[in-house]
Amino acid sequence: MTTTTGPEPTLSFDEALASFDPVMGLEVHVELGTNTKMFCGCPTAFGAEPNTQTCPVCLGLPGALPVVNAVAVESAIRIGLALNCSIAEWCRFARKNYFYPDMPKNFQTSQYDEPIAFDGYLDVELEDGSTYRVQIERAHMEEDTGKSLHVGGSTGRIHGATHSLVDYNRAGIPLIEIVTKPMTGAGERAPEVAKAYVATLRDLLKAMDVSDVKMEQGSMRCDVNLSLMRKDADVFGTRTETKNVNSLRSVERAVRYEIGRHAAVLSSGGSITQETRHWHEDTGITTSGRVKSDAEDYRYFPEPDLVPVAPSRESVEALRGTLPEPPAERRKRLQAAWGFADLEMRDVVNAGLVELVEETVAAGASPAAARKWWSGEVARRANGEGVDVPSYAARIGVTPAHVVELESLVTSGRLNDSMARQAWEGVLDGEGTPTAVADARGLELVQDTGALEAAVDTVIAANPDVADKIRDGKVQAVGALIGQVMREMKGHADAAAARQIILEKLGQA
Amino acid sequence: MADLTRADVAHLAGLARIDLSDAELDKMVGELAVILESVATVQQAPIADVEPMSHPMPLVNVTRPDVVRPSLTPDEALSGAPESEQQRFSVPRILDEE
Repeated sequence: MTTTTGPEPTLSFDEALASFDPVMGLEVHVELGTNTKMFCGCPTAFGAEPNTQTCPVCLGLPGALPVVNAVAVESAIRIGLALNCSIAEWCRFARKNYFYPDMPKNFQTSQYDEPIAFDGYLDVELEDGSTYRVQIERAHMEEDTGKSLHVGGSTGRIHGATHSLVDYNRAGIPLIEIVTKPMTGAGERAPEVAKAYVATLRDLLKAMDVSDVKMEQGSMRCDVNLSLMRKDADVFGTRTETKNVNSLRSVERAVRYEIGRHAAVLSSGGSITQETRHWHEDTGITTSGRVKSDAEDYRYFPEPDLVPVAPSRESVEALRGTLPEPPAERRKRLQAAWGFADLEMRDVVNAGLVELVEETVAAGASPAAARKWWSGEVARRANGEGVDVPSYAARIGVTPAHVVELESLVTSGRLNDSMARQAWEGVLDGEGTPTAVADARGLELVQDTGALEAAVDTVIAANPDVADKIRDGKVQAVGALIGQVMREMKGHADAAAARQIILEKLGQA
Repeated sequence: MADLTRADVAHLAGLARIDLSDAELDKMVGELAVILESVATVQQAPIADVEPMSHPMPLVNVTRPDVVRPSLTPDEALSGAPESEQQRFSVPRILDEE
């Protein structure tokens, strides 16, 4: 075992790419959002008290018999189909044997040479609008492991620990492992491609409702395999596997870092050790972990306690019919329907507002109003709480119907824009519907033109110089008078109507 | 099949976390050899025309509905653990064992 703690030399990204082509392989583990575990009826809730979600099956007690979760198999097949894979007509589970206390059985039930889904692809859109096709090697079913707490070391890390404490609540939760084929030809865009692939996969799985894909909670985890090949070479270099790269930004950074590190080793005549590396989010570097030179022997063999999975072609086609529209196509369709500019659409997507805007438009609002009211103040408040707008809106009970009502108050002429903002703040403060807030706060444009005309007369009389300028044709000076009229009316006036009356009185209408 | 050596048995005992005395090791080498010899009879079965199988029953697609069933209590779950702490299984340190 070798352990390197300090940073190793790296070559600059540009220097590295001058001599080498990066080759990547990504392994993504996704926890399925089933009610129960893969092989037993224990619940899968995140954050439960330790060892409250275990049973003889997931503790590996003698005599316990696992039975496959039907929904997990369906989800696996749907994921395979969404990744354009072939679905096995017949496949088995296998025991992956190893001695490590995160699995109480001393093996993990996985799939070995008979994955449920294989030979697919996922098209990934890059920043510049071009597409990179990621070839998918396989997607297979397995189970998650328990969680270890290392005790006695200074930092809670495994090194220096005197013993470890294990919670098996997570052991047995259904996992799908999605493995790409080697990704070549991305060149300097390799870090971007890696990040875009994981992001696209996350969006797809979220749209399919098979997992909550929360990288920060570990329900989606990424391992990055990377090697470099010299520009004139025709065989891949030795790879390293960087484990647990668990945010989109880290995927990009880890690829970039390993490219620089490999290049430094290879350029100085050294060779890469095939090993597992640990990603350090805080420092942005990887360090050496297990050396894989002894080629771990997991002694895979077919799991004798489970029978094969043999999905009929009819059932596979039925599941294909349940797939949602791919997120990228859906975004394009909605953008066209809503008439949003690229930048507007990107903001809506990045803020996680697509569904909310869609529901609000369906409820009767204009797309522009839906976008406007779900951005701005509500986004600011949601950010303050560290949640996304849909979760925030759900928590405070603000719905698309509120936006529809608010917009109708504006289009009917009862509220101007600044009043509508006040009404919306009232809604967000829990004061009721937009109409209720407008009533309670006395928000209403004065429709009585007599009052408005009187206010205009007062303001013109008080500002003879400005009035003369406007009479002389400097119509742009009207703004100063409108502001004063609005103050005179305590904000309860329609600015457009005020402008019209001022111009009429000064002979410019 | 190659003969089982004393080193093989010691290695297996280590992997299985079973502490064997020298006398027990000697005894196990003999007993395991007899077991392996008995099982080796299987190798004489005429299998030239038989497909490899992993299960004796011709069953596929045995599944259960995704419905939660009661779990053990933490006390029950930990009842077989030699040591526990903070409602978790306590295990020897993981690194630097080999």
